[in-house]
Amino acid sequence: MTTRELTYVKAFNEGMHQIMAEDPDVFLIGEDVAGYGGVFHMFDGLLAEFGERRVKDTPIAEQAIIGLGVGAAARGLRPVCDLMFMDFVGVAMDQIFNQAAKMKYMFGGAVSVPLTITTAGGAGMSAAAQHSQSLEAWLAHVPGLKVAMPASPYDAKGLIVGAIRDDNPTIVVLNKKMLGVKGEVPEELYAIPFGQANVVTEGDDVTVVAIGRMVVEARKAAEALDKQGVSVELIDPRSVQPLDTETIVASVKKTNRVLIVHEAVEFGGIGAEISSQIQEQAFDYLDAPVARLAAPFAPVPYAPVLENAYVPDAARIEAAVRRLLERR
Amino acid sequence: MTTPTEAIDEVVPATRDVVLDLHRRMVRIRRFEESSGKLVETGEIPGFLHLYVGQEAVASGVGAVLTDDDQITSTHRGHGHAIAKGAELRPMFAELYAKTTGYCKGRGGSMHIVDMSRGMLGANAIVGGGIPIAVGAAFASQYRGDGGVAVSFFGDGATNIGAFHESANMAAVWDLPIVFVVENNGYAEFTSQERHMRLVDIAERAASYGMPGVIVDGMDALAVREAALEAVERARRGEGPTLIEAKTYRFFDHQGIKGMRIPYRDPAEVEAWKSRDAIRLIETIGIERGLVSAEEFEGIWAEVEAEINDGIEFARNSPDPDPADILDDVYTV
Ligand SMILES: Cc1ncc(C[n+]2csc(CCOP(=O)(O)OP(=O)(O)O)c2C)c(N)n1
Ligand SMILES: [Mg+2]
Repeated sequence: MTTRELTYVKAFNEGMHQIMAEDPDVFLIGEDVAGYGGVFHMFDGLLAEFGERRVKDTPIAEQAIIGLGVGAAARGLRPVCDLMFMDFVGVAMDQIFNQAAKMKYMFGGAVSVPLTITTAGGAGMSAAAQHSQSLEAWLAHVPGLKVAMPASPYDAKGLIVGAIRDDNPTIVVLNKKMLGVKGEVPEELYAIPFGQANVVTEGDDVTVVAIGRMVVEARKAAEALDKQGVSVELIDPRSVQPLDTETIVASVKKTNRVLIVHEAVEFGGIGAEISSQIQEQAFDYLDAPVARLAAPFAPVPYAPVLENAYVPDAARIEAAVRRLLERR
Repeated sequence: MTTPTEAIDEVVPATRDVVLDLHRRMVRIRRFEESSGKLVETGEIPGFLHLYVGQEAVASGVGAVLTDDDQITSTHRGHGHAIAKGAELRPMFAELYAKTTGYCKGRGGSMHIVDMSRGMLGANAIVGGGIPIAVGAAFASQYRGDGGVAVSFFGDGATNIGAFHESANMAAVWDLPIVFVVENNGYAEFTSQERHMRLVDIAERAASYGMPGVIVDGMDALAVREAALEAVERARRGEGPTLIEAKTYRFFDHQGIKGMRIPYRDPAEVEAWKSRDAIRLIETIGIERGLVSAEEFEGIWAEVEAEINDGIEFARNSPDPDPADILDDVYTV
């Protein structure tokens, strides 16, 4: 397997190119995805390679963009519908959670909806309250949807391919602050199925479960802690729905302490679900209460000083791990 | 390719006061936008800016016929709307600088400028998000019988979203005192109008909701003011909404000042529109009609320049927000 270094967004883009070349039923629609290649360059070159039949700019109409995807998917195509910023799921929510998510079950299994929604979430760019959110817990709460949050170039490519090959409605949430992050990526086409966590680093003293970009911050914290003799097992669930609780629980049974980190607000965040699963399945193994580190219960602020305080970072993850270890 | 509306043959009558008022509104917007654009490029201001340069006549012509009791809702390209509605430059700059003295205490930034004391109900980063809110503001005026009018500004691209259609229909069927102002600058981000709708004149959409649709030269502040006055008076009389389509153009990129990543606009098109610059147009009219002298116009530019420098200085010297206050204002307590 030949690999080379690619950025997160280039890796995603390569996955799009390869899966579209492989499967003629895959098409892409969204605002400025064709002529401009997407505002985050996610779709660069697709129009040139696959033409206007398969790569289309839409009017600003999120509800219709997703609805079109639902209908086309029900007819057996494999639509990729882009929502640019994750905040815009709000505009399309009916089609996402009342329609796409429910058709399979509500119609007694009569129809599958192999729709893929792509979007970019996350804070840290002074884009303020309506362009910075992490809403994965909303989406993960709806039976029928699958939600992935790639945290490396390797995963960005593998998860978009896995999503498009999946026969269910999937949402792949890129992190817009990670677009330029580099990593080794295989040249050939590969898929990462949803629901398989990645053990980023193995360790014995404490488990850290991190979501999306927080994996990058947690890895920095883990390196710093490693130098101080603390061995961290870092787990990236990759998809929050389905959630690979098995890998998480196995790790907690080994380390007996766990911190969960995400940049969505703490209250009702996916960390709450992970925490519940752990206490239900590994209560007797815990040496300390399950700890969470996440955003305070406020919209994302614009001011950099506020936003820096809002989003967890490596230093705060390290401090949270230290607190967790002190707990007897 | 969009072409600028031909210079109007019809001479819109104007007084000296009207010309001066429109001119000052436009120059304040122009200089605010040019300066803040530069400040983002140098990294002094965070985030991203959607600049209003080129479209000044639209907000100014409408703003000129509204009172502080009238309400507006705005867009991601909202600085011009706020300034035309009377916003002060100090708290505007301070907001872009993310300071506590800003209009949103540094919480909102460029896309969320608000000034409730002047009926500026807020800019909006969700395309179409402000349109139903303006309908609600108009409803409140009708409900209270206070004679107020609401204006919603939005772009050509926004008229493709459901919120526009739902709002237009509801406002029409309830005769709400609202004016919908679509600023047709020919593009939604990098997608030209002919690639996002079949219509050439967005004003035609008004007919399907049973309201008047008016086309106006959006580079001519006097013409915009006339059209706005008629629509606002109609709304105040309780006769319901109007859709005004202002044909206009943005001189800079979708976002920021700098060039485009791909050439989605023909340079000749950009130049053609720039040759119809709204500020130059009103200066020509003022001078030709003997209403205002060239020196007086220059004086306005100089006064605005001083206001700009003062605003930036004020913003630079203002305090940063305190992270300890991060949970303030999530709820009304
Ligand atoms: C619901 C929603 N969809 C997409 C966007 C991204 N976006 C921001 S501005 C814009 C184009 C808006 O075009 P138009 O309404 O013509 O306004 P203009 O930028 O030309 O002033 C788009 C697609 C958004 N902010 N909100
Ligand atoms: Mg436009």
